[in-house]
Amino acid sequence: MSQSLASVAYIGATILFILSLGGLSNPESSRRGNLYGIIGMTIAVLATVLGPRVTAAGIPWLVGAMVAGGGIGLYAARTVQMTQMPELVALMHSLVGLAAMLVGFATYIDPAASAEYSGAAKAIHEMEIYVGILIGAVTFSGSIIAFGKLSGKIGGKPLLLPGRHWMNLAGLLTVIYFGREFLHAETMNDGVKPLIVMTVIALLFGIHMVMAIGGADMPVVVSMLNSYSGWAAAATGFMLSNDLLIVVGALVGSSGAILSYIMCNAMNRNFISVIAGGFGTSGGTPAAAAGAQPAGEVIPVNATETADLLRDAKSVIIVPGYGMAVAQAQHTVFEITRYLREKGVNVRFGIHPVAGRMPGHMNVLLAEAKVPYDIVMEMDEINEDFPKTDVAMVIGANDIVNPAAQDDPASPIAGMPVLEVWKAKTSIVMKRSMASGYAGVDNPLFYKENNRMLFGDAKKMLDEVLAALKA
Amino acid sequence: MRIGVPAETFPGEKRVATVPEVVQKLVKLGFTVSVQSGAGDAANFDDDAYKAVGAQVAPDAAALWSAADIVFKVRAPDAREVGLMHEGQVLIGFIWPAQNPELMQQLAARKVTVLAMDSLPRMLSRAQKMDALTSMAGITGYRAVIEAAHAFGRFLTGQITAAGKVPPAKVFIAGAGVAGLAAIGTAASLGAIVRANDTRAEVADQVVSLGGEFVKVDYQEEGSGGGGYAKVMSEGFQKAQREMYAKQAREVDIIITTALIPGKPAPRLITAEMVRSMKPGSVIVDLAAEQGGNCELTEPGKIVVKHGVTLIGYTDLPSRLARQSSTLYSNNLFRLAEELCKTKDGVINVNMDDEALRGLTVIKDGSITWPPPTPKLPAPPQLVSSEKKISTPAKTHSRGGSAPMSGNRLAIMFGVAAALFWFIGAYAPAEFLGHFTVFVLACFVGYMVVWNVTPALHTPLMSVTNAISSIIAIGALVQIAPPAMAGVSRPDEWIRWLAVAGIALTAVNMFGGFAVTQRMLAMFRK
Repeated sequence: MSQSLASVAYIGATILFILSLGGLSNPESSRRGNLYGIIGMTIAVLATVLGPRVTAAGIPWLVGAMVAGGGIGLYAARTVQMTQMPELVALMHSLVGLAAMLVGFATYIDPAASAEYSGAAKAIHEMEIYVGILIGAVTFSGSIIAFGKLSGKIGGKPLLLPGRHWMNLAGLLTVIYFGREFLHAETMNDGVKPLIVMTVIALLFGIHMVMAIGGADMPVVVSMLNSYSGWAAAATGFMLSNDLLIVVGALVGSSGAILSYIMCNAMNRNFISVIAGGFGTSGGTPAAAAGAQPAGEVIPVNATETADLLRDAKSVIIVPGYGMAVAQAQHTVFEITRYLREKGVNVRFGIHPVAGRMPGHMNVLLAEAKVPYDIVMEMDEINEDFPKTDVAMVIGANDIVNPAAQDDPASPIAGMPVLEVWKAKTSIVMKRSMASGYAGVDNPLFYKENNRMLFGDAKKMLDEVLAALKA
Repeated sequence: MRIGVPAETFPGEKRVATVPEVVQKLVKLGFTVSVQSGAGDAANFDDDAYKAVGAQVAPDAAALWSAADIVFKVRAPDAREVGLMHEGQVLIGFIWPAQNPELMQQLAARKVTVLAMDSLPRMLSRAQKMDALTSMAGITGYRAVIEAAHAFGRFLTGQITAAGKVPPAKVFIAGAGVAGLAAIGTAASLGAIVRANDTRAEVADQVVSLGGEFVKVDYQEEGSGGGGYAKVMSEGFQKAQREMYAKQAREVDIIITTALIPGKPAPRLITAEMVRSMKPGSVIVDLAAEQGGNCELTEPGKIVVKHGVTLIGYTDLPSRLARQSSTLYSNNLFRLAEELCKTKDGVINVNMDDEALRGLTVIKDGSITWPPPTPKLPAPPQLVSSEKKISTPAKTHSRGGSAPMSGNRLAIMFGVAAALFWFIGAYAPAEFLGHFTVFVLACFVGYMVVWNVTPALHTPLMSVTNAISSIIAIGALVQIAPPAMAGVSRPDEWIRWLAVAGIALTAVNMFGGFAVTQRMLAMFRK
């Protein structure tokens, strides 16, 4: 296959990738979208392998590597629990980052790759390598930490080192200094040293950045790392003068950036402050100091009373949160939904954009439990319906239903859009205990007169509710 | 423990303290329930209805009182009933300890425990489910309008009929407490024009929300007396108020007065003069008749016609809606039983550390515990303005970018972008610019495409972007074994291993990413 044929194949692949993302605009077309992606990827890989840049000597190697990696990937995709999706996604980001790093190093030590460059072009080429490895390294280590946090291997609390902004700044300056060294390096051996120093700093920076971010901000981090993995691919594309990589990298990068933007909006926080770390850290005071202690009494109910409330309701909105994912309660939720719908109760779901640990997490869990997607609503679609709703059931969510976000300007989450469950005739909150959410803010909802608390593990309590409903 | 429900003895009282529906719930709490034969007859609950839900029927009062550990009543017991009580018994009902000191002494002498439903600390939000005064007042307000409509010779709603136009009736309601608000709602739903007044300015919103019009007294004074009740107002205010009432009396067809000040005789709002000024056929319902009446001419318990105006002074309005009021009252009692019996084993515990129960308990094992120590006073109602300031956050989550940026910010962004482009254009070689063009355009394509992705599919979006970012594999593929280049020696071994590792890693993503996306998307169904 000639170079031109390969290029044309790349264009085809590019179009297929764009169609693949476009297909996700609704669940009907999404499956076809994924198919486009697979075809695009196949074309791109085949065009490269059969193209002029790969000789026959490489085929056994690359087939071996593909089979090994592909096997692992398919195995992981088969066995992963839907509740573990955020971890899997984070882990996959780290692989992209690591691959970008490796490709960057390989390119640098390959004299053939830079043989055709000289002068400004050479400088730019080396700069591309440097930046590519930098982004790759940050993505890699950041994603690994995000994976650790999401899977609970590392605590969710933000780690806030003293003077961390200065440390980051110092790191940046060092990276720039070594970048200069790297560009001025005469021989390859001279250049490798600053490259390695920079890689180490970038790795540390990635770790530090994600360590400083609190659990509730994880959706932002995951989508941000998604974005980074795209930019890493784009940087690799520049490095190799490959437009396909540039385009795909830009697509992925902007997709992640938009997701981060949506997530930040959903929490009413700006991107910088999320990246700069933990909640309530700007003033240095913990969240507890802010706002008055909510007055009133918490009214606990048991599963039977919850079932009675649900049975008597005409319309019910269920608001799931991370607690549902942790307890793996989505199937029971579906059973209850099905039972109530058969009885003619209008059951719908209200999903907050940051519910769970990654964008769209709740939707996937509910889809897994076979909840039809047309009764799963976005926050903006359903918020106006709460006053007309008899029962709003909150399962393992806290900050996203906190009325303080609207009523209390002193609250750390003031201004964050929330699901207005308290406007329903009755709200039921299922929680393990009275502990506050990730934001560390007390929730006045629990003390409202029309609110009931159902304490206990979400799965266990929902099973009891289901049994009581059927009794 | 056994709960006894005797028939009410007060003449004309039709209510019963527990209805069959609640008997069922009490049995679930672990109690046994006995009902005196015929107790529910006047409220349309016969003995069979009670038997059907597991209550025992006692033949007469004596048998019932002697067997019961707890007695649910509506009205305060009469002398004969007090005589039937035995030591350790618990009595729950309306007692009015302030008005009935002698009864209190008699009850204390029987060494019983008495919970007075009228002494509930009403400002405790937890106590509201037990607040029988509120539920009875609601019924009173409703019935007051019905009685007025009954006595009134016209439609309440305005109509245009073939026979001519009927103007809507005008109803004025003095006092917007629970009864007043219920009356406003009822009258408004019957189509009348409703006006209402209260000395507490903060209820104006509630009046309006029920379809009434709030009439202000032209005088500045705050009338909240703590605990949600009204207080006695100053002389100047009362004068202004009288003028306002006189004006309303001339205009309206029906007046319903609900003004009460705790522990004081009812304020005189409607003078004989005002009654005379009303149109013939008008109706006044005086809900304060028992406490002396808001109107000078009311006669408690009776309907009288004076100066062509019908004056209704019934004091038993809840009893006139016996089935409804019995149901609500017994629900209040059930909520109280729940509080008393948190263990759900049919044994009650009168916990004097509980603020609500402490307030309710007026006699504990024969010693008078009324009045209770003053509970913490409720905070004054918050000014509405502070709440209004925090308007609900603007809906920023609009797709395809939010509202247009301000001109300044836009200008700055364009400036920065222009400088950046100039810098790149000035220094970068042509070949780089080609790639750069592709890059920038691809960013825009990505931006447009991704905004169209439905939020429900954000997780599949991430996994599919993840899968396609494994396109980096191409970078590794081209390095694994490129065609040899003359004159260049490359460290083949090193590069090969790096490239193999790179391919393996990206292959994980490539296959794993697409497979898991497929798995997820397959789950989304209608």
